[in-house]
Amino acid sequence: MPWRRFLLWQHATSLLHGLLSLPFIWLLWALFNDALGANPAEALSRSTGDWTLRCLCVVMAVTPLRHVTRTPELIRFRRILGLATFFYACLHLLCYAWFDQGFELNDMVKDLVKRPFIWLGMLGFVFMLPLALTSSNSAVRWLGGKRWRQLHSLVYVLPLFALLHFYWMRAGKNNFAEVWVYACILASLLAYRVWRWIKSSHSVRPTA
Amino acid sequence: MLLRTDHGFNHRISSEITPAHVYAQRREFLQRMVAAGCLAGTGAAWAQSPVARPGKLAALNAKVSTLAGAQARDTPTPYKNASTYNNFYEFGTDKSDPAENAHTLKTQPWSVEIEGLVKKPGRFNLEDLLKLSAMEERIYRMRCVEGWSMVIPWVGYSLSELIKRVEPLGSAKYVEFVTLADPKTMPYVGSRILSWPYTEGLRMDEAMHPLTMLSFGMYGEVLPSQNGAPVRLTVPWKYGFKSGKSIVKIRFTENQPATAWNKAAAHEYGFYSNVNPNVDHPRWSQASERRIGDGGILAKKIKTLMFNGYEAQVGQLYAGMDLSKNF
Repeated sequence: MPWRRFLLWQHATSLLHGLLSLPFIWLLWALFNDALGANPAEALSRSTGDWTLRCLCVVMAVTPLRHVTRTPELIRFRRILGLATFFYACLHLLCYAWFDQGFELNDMVKDLVKRPFIWLGMLGFVFMLPLALTSSNSAVRWLGGKRWRQLHSLVYVLPLFALLHFYWMRAGKNNFAEVWVYACILASLLAYRVWRWIKSSHSVRPTA
Repeated sequence: MLLRTDHGFNHRISSEITPAHVYAQRREFLQRMVAAGCLAGTGAAWAQSPVARPGKLAALNAKVSTLAGAQARDTPTPYKNASTYNNFYEFGTDKSDPAENAHTLKTQPWSVEIEGLVKKPGRFNLEDLLKLSAMEERIYRMRCVEGWSMVIPWVGYSLSELIKRVEPLGSAKYVEFVTLADPKTMPYVGSRILSWPYTEGLRMDEAMHPLTMLSFGMYGEVLPSQNGAPVRLTVPWKYGFKSGKSIVKIRFTENQPATAWNKAAAHEYGFYSNVNPNVDHPRWSQASERRIGDGGILAKKIKTLMFNGYEAQVGQLYAGMDLSKNF
């Protein structure tokens, strides 16, 4: 099947790298060409947040897609997608610390207390850190497959933080249409795992 | 010694030399003359607007206002920003939505109905409103409750001019402003974000304050639809949402009127909503603001001023009031 051959093509990962950097390149271009509107700081903060959420949706879709479409080759792309999520989350945090808070640590601490959605976002970022730090092959070897998988099941709490962060941010304008779209996507991706888990715990496992 | 040697800048009598600080004052003196309207006869020629017309819409001529506080020294926000970054929820909740969607707004014919506790209720056509008082250009700071601000040259006159015409009764304590809610031309009227029509209100003394402005234009031209054409309110010392856009009705009441954002979230948006750096929004700080169009992305936020910098003019309206309770 040409589709599966394409997935195994050696440059497919580079192609994905390129694709995932397009939003970043576009934002940089827009920044230097005055194409971010009247409030470029806000535009950058929001779009890096949007792209974090979008990447999270895609990376969480890898496993269900592998199963449903019977294309185990997709696993090749999971790490890149995960790291792209982390990359946009870093940019998002940088935008906040730089443009919104001017790197004033005192102001940031005050702001954390003031705005619940800020600390939810921060907490989400904190949970992402160990995942990003243990994404290399050597980290997998060092932890051992089982422990690595256990650690990386932390990814399942990220949708919760991301969605609450987004929801609370939009609460000021009662404008939840987009929040619900992301919530539906992420909820169905999580529900798939729950369904698999229930199914597997009811079926008789083959021994050894 | 027939030929005098040049001693350069050499004066025998030092008292003849105009001191530098006096010399420098002549500019200031002229400026003050203009501002104070001393050059009344030639005033129109002298007092040219400091802001260039963008050349997008019909011109709306005005004299430069001499009212105290009406000429903010801050650099005016570029027209492009002021006309593309708007909150006008009838046309969408994104800041760019109004500029994209508001072209459907029909501003002609337009009238404003005056009702409630006045001796002379009735309906004013837009043409009559435009002629009701002399148009003035006033440069006001505009602080949004969300934490950003602009500096906008408005064209219009004090709302008090209209209020005096309709002769409020002694029982009129508040003024309610009702804005257009036309589902045919405003795609988001009917959405559940706010209850429509969008209404706002002021206490009578706030409405009568000369800085409170009925605006018909900005940057020397009629208002763009997304900025609240054809007539809106401008209250420079309150958060921007207090200044209703596209006004169709002004009602004089005895009781404090309900206001759109207060109905939506009473603990977040009070009736007064005066700009106040010491009273935070429950969900964010109001101590500083981002000035739109100023110095690019790395420009630092600026400190928010009490009553948006209009404390000298309006502070006495709130003497003795607890502003953290009456936020």
